Amino acid sequence: MDSVITISKKELKGFFESLSGYIVLIAFLGFTGFFTWLYGSDIFIRKQADLIVFFSIAKWTLFFFIPAITMKLISEEKNTGTLELLLTKPLKESQLVTGKFFAALFLVAIALALTLIYYVSISYLGKVDHGAIISGYFGLLLFSAAYIGIGLFASSISKNQIVAFLLALFIGIFFQIIFDILGNSINGLAGKIFGFLSISGHFDSISRGVWDTRDIIYLLSVCILGIELAKENLVNRK
Amino acid sequence: MNIEINNVNKFYGYQQVLNDVSFKVKPGEILGFLGPNGAGKTTTMKIITGYIGMDSGDVIIDGKSVKTGETKSSIGYLPENNPLYLDMPVVDYLKFSASLQGVKKENIENRVREMIKLTGLNNEKHKLIGELSKGFRQRVGLAQALIHDPDILILDEPTTGLDPNQIIEIRELIKELGKEKTVILSTHILPEVEATCDRILIINKGKIVANGTSKDLRQQAEGNNFLKIKLEIPDNNFVLDKLKELPSVEEATAIEEETGRFDIKSYRGLKSNRDIFELCAKNNWPIMEMIPIETKLEDVFRNLTMN
Repeated sequence: MDSVITISKKELKGFFESLSGYIVLIAFLGFTGFFTWLYGSDIFIRKQADLIVFFSIAKWTLFFFIPAITMKLISEEKNTGTLELLLTKPLKESQLVTGKFFAALFLVAIALALTLIYYVSISYLGKVDHGAIISGYFGLLLFSAAYIGIGLFASSISKNQIVAFLLALFIGIFFQIIFDILGNSINGLAGKIFGFLSISGHFDSISRGVWDTRDIIYLLSVCILGIELAKENLVNRK
Repeated sequence: MNIEINNVNKFYGYQQVLNDVSFKVKPGEILGFLGPNGAGKTTTMKIITGYIGMDSGDVIIDGKSVKTGETKSSIGYLPENNPLYLDMPVVDYLKFSASLQGVKKENIENRVREMIKLTGLNNEKHKLIGELSKGFRQRVGLAQALIHDPDILILDEPTTGLDPNQIIEIRELIKELGKEKTVILSTHILPEVEATCDRILIINKGKIVANGTSKDLRQQAEGNNFLKIKLEIPDNNFVLDKLKELPSVEEATAIEEETGRFDIKSYRGLKSNRDIFELCAKNNWPIMEMIPIETKLEDVFRNLTMN
């Protein structure tokens, strides 16, 4: 466990020392803030004291930002050879990947925590369904965990960060939208299966405040599968 | 700690990079690992550190197989090309390494300070690693390998890219460390091996072709005796023919720039000194110089790894 924390801390520190952490935070707040408060069907047009707009914007913002956060996590270590330094220390592949996972999740959690100010703001504007909002934030965290898992897997495949980024987006687009479309357009069992595979579908139901253990279990499974595959990729170097 | 490498074979695809490699290293011994590029030095080192696996055979460190993964904490490793996190300050990086090596929290500060002192990094400790020169980076690499005071040190080309002064410093450091630790180092620089190592292992095409002290290896290769001679004579050609006719001389060459200078190679196991003396005495050619040439480690290395 100590090793996992050491890796997470180092990685998190790295995000902020290289400015990439600040860029992600500012860009995330900028995008979500702009669309939640200023543009399109924003809160003032909807005239509803809820964060539905924010959650649907955050879903897409995170979809693009998470691969940017995860792309270098393993590929860079492979590329520069520092992976060899890490894995010749008493550190297991699983600890390395888990440490990296928590660093990325923590960065996303900081970004989400900063948007709590939206929550405070709307609670002054009208009657708020607190349950739905808490559920939405929780859903965003699970949603992010799933994509971080996918991102880590992509990063473990290539030494090239750009390849890792594009691969993560490519895999992600299936879970984000294609499975959804297939689920709606195909009838019968196949359609149902595709519908179930959609990450955004599961997130949507959580963000509406509907708690279903199947949603939680599915998102966690994608996340764990991603981490496991990334670990396997590292173990297979031998 | 003892290291035992037992019949290790390793394939990359169809290519066999290690072929039945076996050797042992004892504590207090510095083993120099020599071989041409691509001979399998780095692969062997990576296997000992547990970074890559082997197809058959085993590496036993202090009674434990590296396959268990339990041997990693007793090894300090400086990989080839010395990979480092260039955007990390030296001190932070050493703390990070110490923490991963399982150094106790309360000892980390102390160990880092000791390592900085030992490797002479005091003026650079707050700089980013990326800002350091190659020599200082190498020291950082060495410091991270030593941070947990390991019993075994594995150094893959520790002196590449260093200037002559730095090379000597690092060599001294390795020698000092080698008094108590088990050290394996690989290098291309042959004088370095002679200067630092107690024992030499030469590997070629995945096979161990020589194992012993530099003296042993020289003796092994010393089949042919070489001499440089200088005679006081008016003309080379006639003398050269006479020299070539001597029964113990395999090859004689005249050095063109200077009349009377020759290089003599005798047949395996024979010495030509006496024959040359007698020839010269008979013809009244004064011998001004006769210098025996020692077989150099370079020659041993070439003999074993060429063809």
